[in-house]
Amino acid sequence: MCGRCPESLRKTDRYTAARIDMKPTTRRRNLSRRAWLATASGTAATGLVMTRWDALKATTPASRASTAGARQIPAASADPTKVPGRFVSEVGRRATGEQPVRLLRTLALSSSSRTPLQDLQGTITPSDLHFERHHAGVPEIAAEEHELLVHGMVERPTVFRMADLRRYPQVSRICFVECSGNGGGAYNRSRMPTAITPQQLDGLLSTSEWTGVMLSTILREVGVRSGASWILAEGRDAAVMSRSVPLEKAMDDAMLAYGQNGEAIRPEQGYPVRLLLPGWEGNAQVKWLRRIEISDRPTMTRDETSRYTDPLKDGTARQFSFVMDAKSLITFPSYPYVLPDRGWWEIEGLAWTGRGRITRVEVSTDGGRSWADAVLQPPVLSKSTVRFRHLWNWDGRETVILSRATDETGYVQPTVHQLWDARGEGTAYHQNHQRAWKIASDGAVTFGLGDLL
Amino acid sequence: MRAARKRFAGGAWALLAVLLAACAPDTGREPEVTAAASGSVAQAAFSGSLPAHAPERFGFGAPASADRIALWDIDIKPDGEGLPPGSGSVAEGRRIYELSCMQCHGPTGTEGPNDRLASSGEWGEWPAGRTVGGYWPYATTLFDYTRKAMPQATPGTLGDDEVYAVVGYVLHLSGLVPADAVMDAETLAAVEMPYRDRFVPDDRKGGPEIR
Repeated sequence: MCGRCPESLRKTDRYTAARIDMKPTTRRRNLSRRAWLATASGTAATGLVMTRWDALKATTPASRASTAGARQIPAASADPTKVPGRFVSEVGRRATGEQPVRLLRTLALSSSSRTPLQDLQGTITPSDLHFERHHAGVPEIAAEEHELLVHGMVERPTVFRMADLRRYPQVSRICFVECSGNGGGAYNRSRMPTAITPQQLDGLLSTSEWTGVMLSTILREVGVRSGASWILAEGRDAAVMSRSVPLEKAMDDAMLAYGQNGEAIRPEQGYPVRLLLPGWEGNAQVKWLRRIEISDRPTMTRDETSRYTDPLKDGTARQFSFVMDAKSLITFPSYPYVLPDRGWWEIEGLAWTGRGRITRVEVSTDGGRSWADAVLQPPVLSKSTVRFRHLWNWDGRETVILSRATDETGYVQPTVHQLWDARGEGTAYHQNHQRAWKIASDGAVTFGLGDLL
Repeated sequence: MRAARKRFAGGAWALLAVLLAACAPDTGREPEVTAAASGSVAQAAFSGSLPAHAPERFGFGAPASADRIALWDIDIKPDGEGLPPGSGSVAEGRRIYELSCMQCHGPTGTEGPNDRLASSGEWGEWPAGRTVGGYWPYATTLFDYTRKAMPQATPGTLGDDEVYAVVGYVLHLSGLVPADAVMDAETLAAVEMPYRDRFVPDDRKGGPEIR
């Protein structure tokens, strides 16, 4: 790397979510290829593998500054070996130039915000970047006065305070939470986007280490009566969000989670306690949990009838479609990155399945004609995201790259045609089809599924 | 309890397997965890099983009184279980709708800006058309949801009679009850929703088949 240009050494140039409105043509015009080559082309010239940070440098400071929310890039500071640093602090903060942000849908009571998948590394989502989906805002709840009522078809209806829940044997587990509406932005044949980022498309996905108590432990405590088959989980938000969940799942691997990534669960994720259903759609994992009723039938709440059901082409609607099927997404290269030069690039992305472990991820760099096994980066955990990588020598010609995941049941992430054939085009959830990115000959990356149809 | 028994039976089987393998006696865990403990701990499968010596009950938490349960047990089942006493007419519901709902759902329940409530009643206007008459399988859901979550800015402020009334009006907008209908626990649960039978269980199950 060029020692004369400090900027080329900083990982500060990543685009922000606010740049998503930029049209690729605008960006290409702003890209001064010669200027880039003059400063940082040593990377390519020496044959090193380039990374997404190299791709980010291909965007110009001018284009970065022209967008709202563009990150602050610190002025070249004095030699830090000659200036004493700052003192210790009670709570740390991110580097000035490293400020990934969630992407807000709307400022409304029922809204969502999306995780900046393209800005993250590894698999764990920083808790303050975990996606949000609230139906009536984030409630303010004090843990000291929060209570969970467990009743219905039980021997001992019980009220648990948080101090009670924390006394039970504790478990921790890394798993993803994904909204079943994730990916809906690239399912409609007539509205297939090109200028869409991983965050915009699939940012309703996050992974955390969750800590809490097994729901089976609590159900054993209250004594589930014979004949029970469902539970109703109800939240303490202003929508009193509630979902019915089969007792079988509740007794299997459901958790009452009060911890997230080493700290108390964040308010946006259900503080002080949420239901966690590993591998199942996020909506059923009721946050701010205040009541569990054990029953012999589902309640048929609004969010398991009017919403979160899947109309199929045969005129029926699939209901209680809880499990998130296998899915993968290349997070780099992706829109709106620009590959400034041909040569060695490392394609990377995330794969996950609600049916256990991902066993294989394949990557195609020729529009799906041939496939190669990507490297799965450990740990490969059940019902968690896994990062995959694939080393690629780009010849500089226009192409489409895509990925497909296989899970331990033998399920292979389908093409969008397979989903259309199976379900029709009227579903609004569970759109786990293969995603694609088009690399233009000038290095500009756009969402490429439309090019394969 | 069927599922519970199955689980405990599984736990017993696991314990037996562990004892037969002459492993550490302090586990009721899945055998793979015990095996992993001697080698690659990092790849140990997650297990939520309690230790074998865990008590049948810990005794944490406080008994919930009947009054307490009655106060919180507000959900309505699809057969009408949980519907409170009281009633409300479609005419009264119109007054409440225009006061509290029209702002978000439009004069006839079709204009928005928020969710469309009424429609021609035809199935298949996706995804915008998941209207009450065109999609919702149970009328009881409308009471359950409206009482808890609506109006969005002041949820929980409508009394039971008002909820019956406004639910009746929305059902009327969808052509499901006549203009002179009065909704109560009995009449609401009896409303026939046209597409109830369209809802089918999830048939996805992993494996090679795409569903």
